[in-house]
Amino acid sequence: MYKIQKADLPKLYASIAAESDLFLPVKVADQTNFGLYTETADVDIDTLKTVKSAKDIFFPQSETLYKVRRENDNFSIDVEQHRTSPFVVFGIRGCDVRAMTVLDKVFLSEPIDSYYAARRQMGTIVSLACGRPDTSCFCKVFGIDCAEPEGDVVTWLVGKVLYWQPKTKKGEALTEKVASLLEKADEAMVESAKNAIRAIVKKLPYANLSLEKWGAAAADANFDSKLWEEMYKPCLACGTCTFVCPTCQCYDIKDYDTGSSVQRYRCWDSCMYSDFTMMAHGNNRTSQMQRFRQRFMHKLAYFPANNQGMFSCVGCGRCVDKCPSHLNIVKVIKAFEKEGV
Amino acid sequence: MSEPMHECKYNPGFMRDTLIPQVGIITDIRTETPDVKTFRVEAPSGGKLFEHMPGQCAMVCAPGVGEAMFSITSSPTNKLYQEFSIKRCGVLTEHLHSLKAGDEILVRGPYGNNFPVETELKGKNLLFIAGGIALAPLRSVINYCLDNRENYGDIDIVYGSRSADDLVQRKEIEEVWSKIPGVNVHLTIDREQEGWDGHVGFVPSYLQELAFDTNRTAILCGPPIMIKFCLQGLKEMGFAMEQVYTTLELRMKCGVGKCGRCNIGTKYVCKDGPVFRFDQVDELPNEY
Repeated sequence: MYKIQKADLPKLYASIAAESDLFLPVKVADQTNFGLYTETADVDIDTLKTVKSAKDIFFPQSETLYKVRRENDNFSIDVEQHRTSPFVVFGIRGCDVRAMTVLDKVFLSEPIDSYYAARRQMGTIVSLACGRPDTSCFCKVFGIDCAEPEGDVVTWLVGKVLYWQPKTKKGEALTEKVASLLEKADEAMVESAKNAIRAIVKKLPYANLSLEKWGAAAADANFDSKLWEEMYKPCLACGTCTFVCPTCQCYDIKDYDTGSSVQRYRCWDSCMYSDFTMMAHGNNRTSQMQRFRQRFMHKLAYFPANNQGMFSCVGCGRCVDKCPSHLNIVKVIKAFEKEGV
Repeated sequence: MSEPMHECKYNPGFMRDTLIPQVGIITDIRTETPDVKTFRVEAPSGGKLFEHMPGQCAMVCAPGVGEAMFSITSSPTNKLYQEFSIKRCGVLTEHLHSLKAGDEILVRGPYGNNFPVETELKGKNLLFIAGGIALAPLRSVINYCLDNRENYGDIDIVYGSRSADDLVQRKEIEEVWSKIPGVNVHLTIDREQEGWDGHVGFVPSYLQELAFDTNRTAILCGPPIMIKFCLQGLKEMGFAMEQVYTTLELRMKCGVGKCGRCNIGTKYVCKDGPVFRFDQVDELPNEY
């Protein structure tokens, strides 16, 4: 285990950024999100939750896949370059690191999404334990320990000191590069910090949500529940939940005509939108109830059925915080917990 | 049976991503009906863009207009080219209908599973039931079976559409399929029409009139309402759900089970389908 004074972190950032891109929580217009480190960036590792997760770094909100040029009635295709330079993401919380494992199940299953795979290969994840988990947090329900997140390097901010523990080969390589800024530390402080975090987690309002009614078996059992009809009504179909969700991965592929070429780009999409499943001959989900149901059934039943029980929710609580109608996955879980199906 | 993966020339160390299409040339366009055309597509250097199996689909893209999934209507036994029968019914298909032979499009695929022509269907009597443009996916299987005639028993094809003018592949049906021993083609149109001396009536009622025995495997494709009544008819004739195949069609963007659109229950129609047996369809949530 290593440590560095919080006051010296700018040196650490500068040192990492001198060799590779560094993404970390940056405050812009009073909102903290992952952004590229620059000398003038307002780095903010104290805010517990970035508005959006670090998903964008690996699966950007919008990315060009290829360009099509037309010359003398002939098309030629220019495939977009993959990420080939290493980069570091600093300050990802435990829930968002686990969300990467969920996204891996989608994008790294055959046929592998090479754009995502390249970024995963090039990226080193430095996670940050949650000092003070928030009332909307429920990562524990999904077996995530925010006091000891996953990652290539795990860090803990305890008072004025950041503790640093490499966990993988990538993490060790990064540690070696910044070794001159780190000093050896014993684990006592971190151990007591972990205990303090876990004590908070136990008392959180959603700490004891039960997933008993969910998982693969729910794919059949919960689909026809009358609860959907009762719950969906406040949904505005705004899609906010899907955009702040660290595991939502639905996407669209669209055209942008630049005049000289057509860019075929991929961008986030949302199963909450009415045209998501619209075809020339009709739409298989015509009501918001069906779309609402699809989102939660996918996260809590279909995904686990296809991925050895792994849920496609990590309990980050962003949808709890951001839904303008106060609808969220916690309400869905609780409703089924209470009323069965 | 998909094409061998090629290393990406732009991204060394990676296979070419399945989302990246190839350029295809339209070498022939046949007008089938007032709103259906069949496009013959070849690689710029000649030959097929990739190999496929009957029932598989491909993404056809007109850059700047859009991209959508279409079934490959030609049989893999056709070694020279691939064909798509496309009905004009939206922005992309309207554009495709405006193209001429010699024009280029982008194609990626093949995607999805296929009809089990080498396993479950082998050695069986086959009953094909189609309505309208839905002959397109079945034509690939039919021609595969006809080109490997010795592997299959009697073949019955029940095909109907709104009018005689809306029958897709009519020339091939009348000049090729009808003349092959052991193949019976049963055509029908919805309403009486001058010059038509064949059967008149909807496909489901014609199916009941024909009263097939259950010693055959049925492959059923068409508009949802036709499927519903044909399935009911087949059940009444004694067919088990395990003997009837169909294809599902949902909106798709990626073709490889990642973009989320064609997700229904635990299945992705683009990769787990489009071909399903009806006992499998019955297990899906009622959302297709």
